[in-house]
Amino acid sequence: MSDATETTDEIETDEVEEVEAPAPDPGVEITVNGQSLHATPGRMLIDACEDAGVYIPRFCYHPRMTPVGMCRMCLVEVDTGRGPALQPSCMLTVSPGMTVETESDATKKAQDGVLELLLINHPLDCPVCDKGGECPLQDQTMSYGPGESRFVEEKRHFEKPIPISENVYLDRERCILCDRCTRFAKEVAGDPLIHFIERGNNTEVNTFPDDPFASHFSGNTVQICPVGALTAKPYRFKARPWDLIEIESTYPNAMGDRVTVQASRNEILRYQGVDSDAVNWGWLADRDRFSFEATMANTRLGDPLVRGNALGSPDPDGSELVSTTWSAALGQAAEALAAARAAGGPTSIGVIGGARLTNESQYAWAKLAKGIIGTDNVDAQLGDGIPADVVAAMPRATIDQACAPGGTVVLISGDPKEELGTLYLRLRHACENDDVTLIELTPNETGLSRHATQSMRVLPGELGVVADAIVSGQPGADIGLSTNGDLATAHAAVTAAENLTVIVGRTSLAEHAALTVEAINAFARIDGVRFLSALRRGNVHGAIDLGLAPGLLPGRTALASARNWFGDAWQTLPLDTGLDTAGMLQAAATGRIDVLVLLGSDPLRDFADPELARAALAGAGTVIAVDCFINDSIAVGADIVLPAAAFGETAGSHTNLESRITPIRPLVTPPGTARADWMIAAELAFRMGEDLGFESVEAITDEIASVSALHGAATAQAIDQAHDGIIADGAAIAQAPQFVWTDLGAPESAIPVDSYSYRLVIDRTMYDSGTQTAACQSLAPLAADGAVRLNPGDAGRLGVVDGVTVRISSKRASVEGPVIVDERISRGVAAIAHNHPGLDARSLVDREQTITDVRVETL
Amino acid sequence: MARLNETSMRIANDILGRYPVRKSALIPLLHLAQEQDGWVSEEAMAHIAELIGITPAEVLGTCSFYEMFKRSPVGEYRINICHGISCHLVGAEDLIEHAEHTLGVRAGSITDDGKISFEGVECIAACTEAPCLQVNYRYRNNVTTDDFDELVEGIRNGSVAVPPHGTLAATRQLIPEDKAAGNAMVDDPTPPAWWPAPQPEEGSANG
Amino acid sequence: MVEKIVTRRFDNLNAHEIAEYEASGGYQALRAMLTRTPAEIHDEVRNASLLGRGGAGFPAGVKWGFCPPGVWPRYLVVNGDESEPGTYKDRQLLERDPHQIIEGCLIACYAVGLTQCFLYIRGEMAHAQERVAQALNEAYAAGYVGKNILGTDFSVDIVLHWGAGAYIVGEETALIESLEGNRGMPRLKPPFFPAAVGLYGQPTIVNNVETLANLPWIIERGADDFTAMGAENSKGTRVFAVSGHVNNPGVFEVEFGVTTFRDIIEGSDYAGGVRNGKKLKAFIPGGASAIWFFEEHLDLPLEKVAVDQAGSMLGSGAIVVMDEDTDMVRACHNIVRFFARESCGKCTPCREGTTWLERILSRIIAGHGRPSDLSLLTEVCENISPGMAWPPRMTTICPLGPSAVSPIASVIDRYRNEFDSYITLSDRSVIEVSAAGMNA
Repeated sequence: MSDATETTDEIETDEVEEVEAPAPDPGVEITVNGQSLHATPGRMLIDACEDAGVYIPRFCYHPRMTPVGMCRMCLVEVDTGRGPALQPSCMLTVSPGMTVETESDATKKAQDGVLELLLINHPLDCPVCDKGGECPLQDQTMSYGPGESRFVEEKRHFEKPIPISENVYLDRERCILCDRCTRFAKEVAGDPLIHFIERGNNTEVNTFPDDPFASHFSGNTVQICPVGALTAKPYRFKARPWDLIEIESTYPNAMGDRVTVQASRNEILRYQGVDSDAVNWGWLADRDRFSFEATMANTRLGDPLVRGNALGSPDPDGSELVSTTWSAALGQAAEALAAARAAGGPTSIGVIGGARLTNESQYAWAKLAKGIIGTDNVDAQLGDGIPADVVAAMPRATIDQACAPGGTVVLISGDPKEELGTLYLRLRHACENDDVTLIELTPNETGLSRHATQSMRVLPGELGVVADAIVSGQPGADIGLSTNGDLATAHAAVTAAENLTVIVGRTSLAEHAALTVEAINAFARIDGVRFLSALRRGNVHGAIDLGLAPGLLPGRTALASARNWFGDAWQTLPLDTGLDTAGMLQAAATGRIDVLVLLGSDPLRDFADPELARAALAGAGTVIAVDCFINDSIAVGADIVLPAAAFGETAGSHTNLESRITPIRPLVTPPGTARADWMIAAELAFRMGEDLGFESVEAITDEIASVSALHGAATAQAIDQAHDGIIADGAAIAQAPQFVWTDLGAPESAIPVDSYSYRLVIDRTMYDSGTQTAACQSLAPLAADGAVRLNPGDAGRLGVVDGVTVRISSKRASVEGPVIVDERISRGVAAIAHNHPGLDARSLVDREQTITDVRVETL
Repeated sequence: MARLNETSMRIANDILGRYPVRKSALIPLLHLAQEQDGWVSEEAMAHIAELIGITPAEVLGTCSFYEMFKRSPVGEYRINICHGISCHLVGAEDLIEHAEHTLGVRAGSITDDGKISFEGVECIAACTEAPCLQVNYRYRNNVTTDDFDELVEGIRNGSVAVPPHGTLAATRQLIPEDKAAGNAMVDDPTPPAWWPAPQPEEGSANG
Repeated sequence: MVEKIVTRRFDNLNAHEIAEYEASGGYQALRAMLTRTPAEIHDEVRNASLLGRGGAGFPAGVKWGFCPPGVWPRYLVVNGDESEPGTYKDRQLLERDPHQIIEGCLIACYAVGLTQCFLYIRGEMAHAQERVAQALNEAYAAGYVGKNILGTDFSVDIVLHWGAGAYIVGEETALIESLEGNRGMPRLKPPFFPAAVGLYGQPTIVNNVETLANLPWIIERGADDFTAMGAENSKGTRVFAVSGHVNNPGVFEVEFGVTTFRDIIEGSDYAGGVRNGKKLKAFIPGGASAIWFFEEHLDLPLEKVAVDQAGSMLGSGAIVVMDEDTDMVRACHNIVRFFARESCGKCTPCREGTTWLERILSRIIAGHGRPSDLSLLTEVCENISPGMAWPPRMTTICPLGPSAVSPIASVIDRYRNEFDSYITLSDRSVIEVSAAGMNA
């Protein structure tokens, strides 16, 4: 092509101005359709107009992605002093004196022209298209479009919808090539597995042959597709938009992703991300987006169950779980609780779980356990988290603070891409676009490694020492895989950081939590440091803040030191700090705990020691489960099962990993007679002759606000009305409880791996055999079979390739499973993902030990 | 059809070393794959994706944009008859019709013996020599129908000295290590060594 | 005849060899340049008022000045992706005098502080690539290119890069995308003016081959000698390829402003007139993107301003002559088809609009035209290039879409009878042109 068509002189003149134009003054005055308005400097014209109530149609523009100016639908007449010219308002930032006409003849003609051109190849299959009724292209056409097409030629044809991933279908005939999905894949998700292919009028979006769009975030492309080209398998042909009712809510994951729940005829059919500036920017991980299938699954519990025929059930053997009435089940549960308290005292009762619950239900259960029954044996975590008192005492960062331009983030957690999908997207954006320095201290590479400024491999057993060396700046020597130089570089970065956030979770279930605590202790020595918890389980942060943890009362209040100022709120308080989950299971196994309540938990699957969990279920006199599904622990050991309402069916609030409290709102009714968790707690209290003192969710919310200084601002009304929720601000605690973190003394030195062994890392993936994922027909197939992942060098040394079965042995046990060779795994590490079919690594772990080393042998 | 072989890999590494950003080597590497196999296979695209550190979909996105890359096997000899405006005016369509008769296949196809592919193409920049064509990107000017038949005859009997399809330039650029100035890396803000230190170019650029 | 600048060695068939190049004064400009400051060299080029020879005709010296001060590194990208139908000059310059281009690159790099040069040559030009590769290898060996050129601080690599068949890559931002390994889809200006945000986001000068070919002469002889040639607003010389229905199609370097279209089309030193004694019907003055000219434009001088004012452009220096027998509908379709095929597909009006235009014209030629098709053609054109005016206004990202409008705008009124005759089928005597290949 000749430059003849490159630039006219007129355009070149722009170049001079572009280079020399001064930065715009704050508050840019522009004129839109004759009205003068002030726009934020640097604002895109299309957004500035929308801010002022003037909507400019668009297809390709999306405020969370780089503008490309491709669809040309947002062309408007703009005059910057050289006469009006058509300009894409998505590519033009406001400049002083700019005059814009969004309704002029020239603008309308250009937009109508673009619309006509978009439609010439677009099929007229709106009646059978999922997007029909909520389709921007359809809407534009109905509002402004031409009546009849002048295009008499044959339309462009492609094979009708093709699957581009397990859950996303692509209809290329409907595609208008706006580049939204492909930009999302590349810019936002970092999975550029879909791409424009071919050229010009033959351009299509597609994958490489046999290389599907296997992104954890693929569902977002369906949501942002401006036509019906991308559809989601779980929603296809399920409903028409005009039949849907919807409500804005908070998805109960640790990020507290803001969502819209949509339903028809009392059936939830779709979750859509809501663009919350502070949280998820409109994105959702597929695991969460499509999880409504679990809520609607026919395996949901609809009626209470009891084991055996004690209450006249028809089961002659007395060994099966059988349906019963609420009054019978609650009566039996209350009786067991009362009997245990009378016989063995309050500490003969323990509650495990509660991260699934809303803040209000968590408070109700905390009050029942601690304020009525009087036991502190309550733990929402299953030994795979961080001690609650440590979490409660960490000075918190918000996601925005962590991701603020120019900041520094230290990541000590499992792979956020697998565990906290939308946090991964935020961090990835911060590294890519906002110059955030990321220092990773993880055993293996994560999804963020390629964006990290410094990606350091820290094996289990080394974390405390490495963190101490980075903070002190006195490593003296290499530590494990980190060289002295790496440590010095990291030291320089964290000490120079003006805005330092440490994101902290557990990097491996096969490493003792004490190492994580050591690292937190080390980084806490840096002035101004803030932490962001990477605990992943549902509303675990609400659970900690509302007292579902040993030693804590609502409001991050320490049981030991807060009796004076909390005591009046509840009628009683536990005498001593109680047991954590491990302690409770131990106590149940040895008969010291008689009644074990499983509050939406499955220790048999999730606790690091399945043998102990099994013994506990057998040892407890009565196991009461409150859950939505029959999980393994319930099937094996529950005596009474109380069906709970799930997300979408309950009201309340949620606390995310920043301590952001946002509303959860109900849209459909629970199956059968299932009830909200707080109601179950209230009924149990009632049947024990007590009263929790509230009869509505709002009443609980307000009680929390009144008893907990941390939640003082979070009244029911405030939560309902707040735009981005309310941060439970630790600084608001009048008498900040003084926690004494476990004094571990000087960090242990790193534990070397001997040359015959591999250090065991048990990590997590997005799709595992967890109850919820397993209940989703669209997600269950995505859980891969269990395998041991090895570095290519180690695999070579062992002489194994993908798929070869090996034996993995520790001092405690031996398991077998296939090998996956994975270059993201560090040398000397054997990585096994938790909760995948066919390979359970937990029995290898000795929980008392800091680390677990294993031998890997071919069979 | 396969990944880049050892010979190709030597050249590939050379090419990759010439760009400050690896992805810039993508088009040259696709040419290299086509030179090796006569076309660009999926295996080659996947291999190139590995070498550059991008996804195969990204390689395909670029590969499929450019007409010279053929993603299925083509004839050993590719005849591109120009039908740009200058050739159109002096009989390009007649020449294409003649070629269809001579070769017995429609434009855009491959002969039954798999030897020759031919198609009408856009301007190949020999407008003053119209009508013109290229055989594996080597020019034939002022082509008459007789010339065309002679060319086909020559290809069939092996007397046409044109390298097989995919071969681009017989001479490759070689940058001797000791002579190389080195890549201008994006993250290196050092001014050029010959650039006068005290005053940047303001004096001249804006003077 | 006038003195030649860029084609001055074309008589020597061995000029592509370094010895021949050196023997004819080659690399003397480089030596002379190295004794002067970059600012002085830049001034020399600015003072020469050398207009870009790719088509837009923007002064090269001014363009060089757009690099934001103090931002490094900066790159030079040489646009050798000549593909504009009718254009045949850069390939000759590359094949016949490659060292002249290399020397031009070195001058630009030195003057603007460009520390790496990418010489992007159209993929289909295998011979040009061979000649340039050979020349670069020789130049590296002789110490003209690479590290510490001729023992000075001046160091720059020139990397030969090749395209793979996409006309749009000649657009400078698409060229940069392509050089980055991407689909050659143009970027929007603003914000992507290459001099400020170009290759890898860095300041980048994109210059055409012929533009660079002028530099050695300018440095050797000085800006004054250069400005002594040419017209008020177009200095020096320009290479034109005259093709189509002429007796002596060829490539001619002429002094700007002195020669007229009539001279170059009819003059015996040039194309020698319309062949077979036919009359001229139309001619394209500056490549397929340009609005066509007719007999009344023959006496316009070959000079930028005059041609701009007459409603077209000198563009890429491609003059395509059509005689009285030319079927204007088919000629028009030929060019529209070209742009439809070469549309990158990025923006809607070009992707959908050019294809639609091509299909309407195809249908008309195939005898399935409708009376409403002519107004439809006009309206689709309007949706791509509102007003169908010159210089074009556009709803598109780059000028490719409007380029497809040019041939239609040129003939739809003037030769409406030819369209009508296809549509009504009442008179097919306009011209007999074989229909073969039309739908190929």
